[in-house]
Amino acid sequence: MCLAIPAKILKIEDNLAQVDMAGVRRQADVRMVNNVRVGEYVLIHAGFAIEKIGEKEAEETLKLLREMA
Amino acid sequence: MKFVDEFRDRTIAERIIKKIERFDSLKVNLMEVCGTHTMVIFKQGLKGMLPKNVNLLSGPGCPVCVTSQEDIDKAIELARDRRMIITTFGDMVRVPGTNSSLEKEKANGADVRIIYSPSEALRIARENPDKKVVFLAIGFETTSPLIAASVMDAQKEKIDNFFIFSTHKLIPPAMEALSKSKELNIEGFICPGHVSVTIGSDAYRFIAQKYNVPCVIGGFEALDVLQSIYMLLRQIKENRAEVEIEYFRAVHPQGNIIAQQLISEVFEVTDVRWRGLGIIPRSGLRLRKKFYDYDAEREFQPKVKKGKENPDCACGQVLRGVKKPTQCKLYKRICTPENPYGPCMVSSEGTCAAYYKYG
Repeated sequence: MCLAIPAKILKIEDNLAQVDMAGVRRQADVRMVNNVRVGEYVLIHAGFAIEKIGEKEAEETLKLLREMA
Repeated sequence: MKFVDEFRDRTIAERIIKKIERFDSLKVNLMEVCGTHTMVIFKQGLKGMLPKNVNLLSGPGCPVCVTSQEDIDKAIELARDRRMIITTFGDMVRVPGTNSSLEKEKANGADVRIIYSPSEALRIARENPDKKVVFLAIGFETTSPLIAASVMDAQKEKIDNFFIFSTHKLIPPAMEALSKSKELNIEGFICPGHVSVTIGSDAYRFIAQKYNVPCVIGGFEALDVLQSIYMLLRQIKENRAEVEIEYFRAVHPQGNIIAQQLISEVFEVTDVRWRGLGIIPRSGLRLRKKFYDYDAEREFQPKVKKGKENPDCACGQVLRGVKKPTQCKLYKRICTPENPYGPCMVSSEGTCAAYYKYG
């Protein structure tokens, strides 16, 4: 039930954003995420963005995983 | 999909497995606390990829599964009142109470609606001013901030026919109860990634320090889970018990402060009963006094007898990690996803359902 899915912010108006969630356009409440911008990725849980996804951090994780031998 | 596909790379997975295999001298019990992790582990076949010395136990992190029989019975009792519209996440509908289920009540004419977001419950309340709209507020720290936000919205908009029935629970107290228990020897926790988005890694520090159990906060793709297992084994090998974050693309040490503020604005901490674990002190959330007008339990006072669980159902032991579903008398013989006897078989992230589907 704690499923949260990555989505890209397409448009923001007040606390509501249009997001692209795996190719599906949906509305999400973004009040819990500070200074979120169009083009950024967030995690969506039950219609709310619960956190931004750090693109740099994601790359760092992948780099770490690839370098492991 | 970005942030998903690249974290499922088979070649990298095999490489992490090789690293895990180097710890072959350690025989360990690790618990994945979160039901969503359980689902990933089964769906991606990770159990079969791991060496025999690493034993994964599923924990109590499936909200529907840990809801007490009494709370389920209360939800059913609320649904029987024809003034109500019951709104709920899908998993709750089929959970068997002592004598009925929400699904059965719906068949008998109750207005039970499955929704995706608590804001839909608010919308239903706006559109049906002559009805009482009750939202079954279930879930852990990932979900409770959104419910808090909806209650605040209802207050702001002066919507007076919206209520919640809070069975919200907190994860760290349940992990503490399991760490204290003599029944099991949990040597490492894979901490729930999205609960941790809200509460942060600092919230588990007392578990690592007081009970000497290593914790790693993991993400939800195959590579995240494997890497978390590797990080736990490394801690055990090096005799460390710390809280590490594998899922640092979304989890921060202090968590999401706005989400935490929403929770503490609307809710206060209370003792609650968990299926399988009994009453855990300070492990649940109830509405604060200034939000009593939105409290379905106070407003409608559903009367139920002491909830009775099926005596043969091992869901409680499965939730504590002391029994595997295959050790339950009912599993697969009469308890199936089509005809579930206990919540662990109902919820898609229940351990019994995962065993049934992928085990």
